[in-house]
Amino acid sequence: MGWQLIRFWTLLVYLFMFLPVAVVVLLSFNASQFGSFPMTGFSIRWFVELAQNEAILRAFRTSMILGALTALISTTLGVLASLALVRYRVPGSNLISTLLIAPILVPEVVLAVALLLFLNFMSINKSFALLLFGHVIFTLPFVVLVVQARLVAIRRDIEEAALSLGASPVQTFFEVTLPLMLPAVLAGGLFAFTISFDDITGTLFWKPGGVETVPTQIFAMLRNSISPEINALGTVMIVLTVGLPLLGAAIARQLARKSGG
Amino acid sequence: MSSVILTDIEKHFGDFTAVYKTSLEIPDGSFVTLLGPSGCGKTTTLRMVAGLLDPSKGEIRIKDRRVNDVPIHKRNLGLVFQNYALFPHKTIAENVAFGLKYRGVAKEDARKRVQDALELVQLPSVGDRYPKQLSGGQQQRIALARAIVIEPDVLLLDEPLSALDANLREDMRVELKRIQERIGVTTIFVTHDQSEALAMSDRIVVMSAGRVEQVGPPEEVYNTPASEFVANFLGASNIMDATVLGREGDDLMLDVDVFGRVAVPGRKAADVASEGPAKMVLRAEKLLLTNRDEPADGTVAVDGTVEAVDYQGQAVRYFVRAGDRQLQAINMIDEHPFDEGAPVSLRLRPRDCAALPAT
Repeated sequence: MGWQLIRFWTLLVYLFMFLPVAVVVLLSFNASQFGSFPMTGFSIRWFVELAQNEAILRAFRTSMILGALTALISTTLGVLASLALVRYRVPGSNLISTLLIAPILVPEVVLAVALLLFLNFMSINKSFALLLFGHVIFTLPFVVLVVQARLVAIRRDIEEAALSLGASPVQTFFEVTLPLMLPAVLAGGLFAFTISFDDITGTLFWKPGGVETVPTQIFAMLRNSISPEINALGTVMIVLTVGLPLLGAAIARQLARKSGG
Repeated sequence: MSSVILTDIEKHFGDFTAVYKTSLEIPDGSFVTLLGPSGCGKTTTLRMVAGLLDPSKGEIRIKDRRVNDVPIHKRNLGLVFQNYALFPHKTIAENVAFGLKYRGVAKEDARKRVQDALELVQLPSVGDRYPKQLSGGQQQRIALARAIVIEPDVLLLDEPLSALDANLREDMRVELKRIQERIGVTTIFVTHDQSEALAMSDRIVVMSAGRVEQVGPPEEVYNTPASEFVANFLGASNIMDATVLGREGDDLMLDVDVFGRVAVPGRKAADVASEGPAKMVLRAEKLLLTNRDEPADGTVAVDGTVEAVDYQGQAVRYFVRAGDRQLQAINMIDEHPFDEGAPVSLRLRPRDCAALPAT
């Protein structure tokens, strides 16, 4: 009896979490003019229309470039920071570590406003570069956390063995350390990409005039009307933000298996 | 000629002195063991030779070249670690070939040398596998192959057998010694295990608290310990207070606690003055327990009582009370061991004893 109840309750929780998502995906294939039930037939016209909407395509391109650059910069900085913190005795490394993680703990709005006020104070105008800078700040902690955890698990004596065999420190990094932490580096990069791709709060504060990312574009479109195109866009975003990490995990597992896993 | 010469090297970590003023010469082709308890500075010394730590003071020379400022990857050393430290993402063949890549060895030649090395460690057909597919003992053989394939000037072994289980450890001990003798590479071996040190070394360097206590061949270190620490660390010893009575011919006459007059051979009492207080060292396995009615012939005998019996199969370890002293004796078992509380006679032969200056 008790288990029955728990099972039912669990089902309700999952329904509550995923039903809205399912509805969005379902309605994106609705033929009707209005993005609501009852459905009148199956159609991919909203996806076609989406693909022809200049504003959305531009926003999509911006988001992709922003996400990719964020991932690239965050991962590079994150790997270097992790190496410094884990492998070298840096004075105040605990403090640095905490500061690097801090953006996760500070509410995003606060961070967004703070950066904006700071830019104002410095009389710097908003630009794409600054938007990118903002995204790097709050994706960096995720990369650092993931990469650091992996790096701690890579035994130092493996690197020492490579050094003793004649590999220089740089060669050791590329031959031994990097391949061993590659799964974590890729995971960190994917994290950074999806977080950047999804982000709306910070982006709304930081984006210069005329630049829209996918989330801000949806936000803008919702202010006028609820078009079924938004459902289609929602479906695309779900596929991207859920599918990419899954793909990444699959690749990581494949890599791990190759090295005798 | 010496392969490795350490001159007055010291290592400080902040206020802590890990290695204090150590000088050592390691002859070409010899197998030298740094032996001591954890924290004695043996691994620190090895890591300084390897170039993984910089000495705070002193000079390190390898093959007549001062290497203090030479980084590890330019020292041409073979290094084997306790936990194998194979590259998990590379095959066994790639692991062994790793060092050859940085020495400009042509591909075909490298392949042959890798195969020779794998044959030397008796694992000729595992080249395509990954480290995780091998057992611990096999992984350690591969680590050894990887270290010797580059023909290092010195082979450095940091507790390479400690992660293996007991039976395998003894096999590997023999194997390691065989390979070392075959290729004749100068080897520095670090261990806390006295039986490994005694079995494998040409010379043992006993270290304690950052200082070298004694350097010598295994037999000498075992039979003529230079200090109380060495006597206690290598096997079990009875160390007794004594007073020097004088010299008689080659012998040093001692008046020893419990046992009375003992004539210790002069060569085993080299550092002791001709009068005053001293210590007498007697190995636990040289103290023999017998029934009280057996004749003493040529031995020094006192009566004692067995207090505890530690049965070990082919041998037995007794804790015996004699006077106000508790002594240890490790004896082979002849029929039955003595029981607890048994009255026994303790026998020692003077030539088995050594004397140390009183501290």
